[in-house]
Amino acid sequence: MESLKLNSHSPEQTQLLGSYLGELAQKADVFLLVGELGTGKTCLVQGIARGLDVREYAFSPSFVILREYHGRLPLYHIDFYRLDHIEEIADLGLEEYFYDDGVCVVEWAEKGLQVVPQDNLLITIHYIPASQTGRSICLKPQGERYYELIEQLKKEKELWP
Amino acid sequence: MKILGIETSCDETAAAVVEDGSRIISNIVASQIDIHARYGGVVPEVAARQHLLTIIPVISQTMTEVSWQDINGIAVTFGPGLAGSLLVGVNVAKAIALAKKLPLIGVNHLEAHIYANWLDSSPPGEKDRVKFPCLCLVVSGGHSDLVLMKGHGQFEKLGRTRDDAAGEAFDKAARILGLGYPGGPAIEQASRSGTPCLPLPRAWLKESHDFSFSGLKTALWHLVHKGEISVADAAASFQLAVVDVLVIKTIEAARQLKVEQILLSGGVAANKMLTQHFLANSPVSVLIPPPHLCTDNAAMVAACGYYHLQAGKISGYDLDVVPSLSLG
Repeated sequence: MESLKLNSHSPEQTQLLGSYLGELAQKADVFLLVGELGTGKTCLVQGIARGLDVREYAFSPSFVILREYHGRLPLYHIDFYRLDHIEEIADLGLEEYFYDDGVCVVEWAEKGLQVVPQDNLLITIHYIPASQTGRSICLKPQGERYYELIEQLKKEKELWP
Repeated sequence: MKILGIETSCDETAAAVVEDGSRIISNIVASQIDIHARYGGVVPEVAARQHLLTIIPVISQTMTEVSWQDINGIAVTFGPGLAGSLLVGVNVAKAIALAKKLPLIGVNHLEAHIYANWLDSSPPGEKDRVKFPCLCLVVSGGHSDLVLMKGHGQFEKLGRTRDDAAGEAFDKAARILGLGYPGGPAIEQASRSGTPCLPLPRAWLKESHDFSFSGLKTALWHLVHKGEISVADAAASFQLAVVDVLVIKTIEAARQLKVEQILLSGGVAANKMLTQHFLANSPVSVLIPPPHLCTDNAAMVAACGYYHLQAGKISGYDLDVVPSLSLG
């Protein structure tokens, strides 16, 4: 299964992608986010929250590591930014969130690939050189559920210029 | 009246005894004691297990000078924070409250930060120096909230960050600039040898009292990756941009709402430039806790618990943690 590649030209477009993901999300879905500081990971999560009908404003969980929001499904917004050792991540007991009835979105997921579920949607965001707001976004499905999700998302692709 | 406060919402395991919501009898934060020597080996910084190992020694140390018979209540942070970490503090507090037959007082961590302004007032015993209504700016790693406080326990949230908290912005900027951790003190230190000459944006969000710092962070990233810049100048420019937004927006809100006072709290309130700009520009008096009471501690939890107890607000033994608790 090939990855889906998209370009976003603004934070609003990144949020729009997020809101589609949120609308399509099912319980126990795991979305992993990888990307440098400032590429818009939290921005994407804000869109996902909106797509899940979360009424609160999702903001960065870097310091508290996990924030929980309540929409159509619970949204567990997790962030490994501050964690530098895999033991620290393993110690957090995140399994109960990953295999719960909510949607888990993990920022800085590359720091803890050993402790996250192997089936997931891996979303990588890069700066587009010489552009202030341009980002290239790659969605890589890992496992049946996410192949299906990408197929559904492709149908929405016409909304992307 | 003496309250034992317990705080385990994030990284710090802390306990403190505070008399009458103001006078600190003892105040222990886990990073002050030699955990590594006590348990051997490196201990993970962020983990409920860490709190579990540390909480009893911390409480014991807090109680060395105080008799249990003199304690009138147990105050504990029940949110916001990491569920597993909060659970350690809440369960220890419940156990002590049950065993010693003391009232249990659940405290909101953000409210507790504000109550750091009641601690160890100078001159000593100046209990009523806070004037209501006041405007509270709580700026830490996890939060940037602007809250109107009309009286004890009466809060109305006016604004909050829409993306990164102020302390988090400092930390991420420090990482972009290759400075150390924690980012706040690192940026402050680097700024001293620089000038704020680089153009960085300020998100004013004119229509609301909310804050936003992620655009600033991204702008800094672009600046650093565009070419040669002085790290000191970049740090100074970044610090000024954050301080400008926090000070100008808070003072604007203070004028609009005609408050009597501005209360700063949270780790970022330890930033000298922030406090200087507030003191220089505010039309009303500004209270700022000393730096060690700005960062997470349990004395503020005990102070807050005292006012809850005075108002008869006691928790049941079914007190549960609320990881996403907000204020007002």
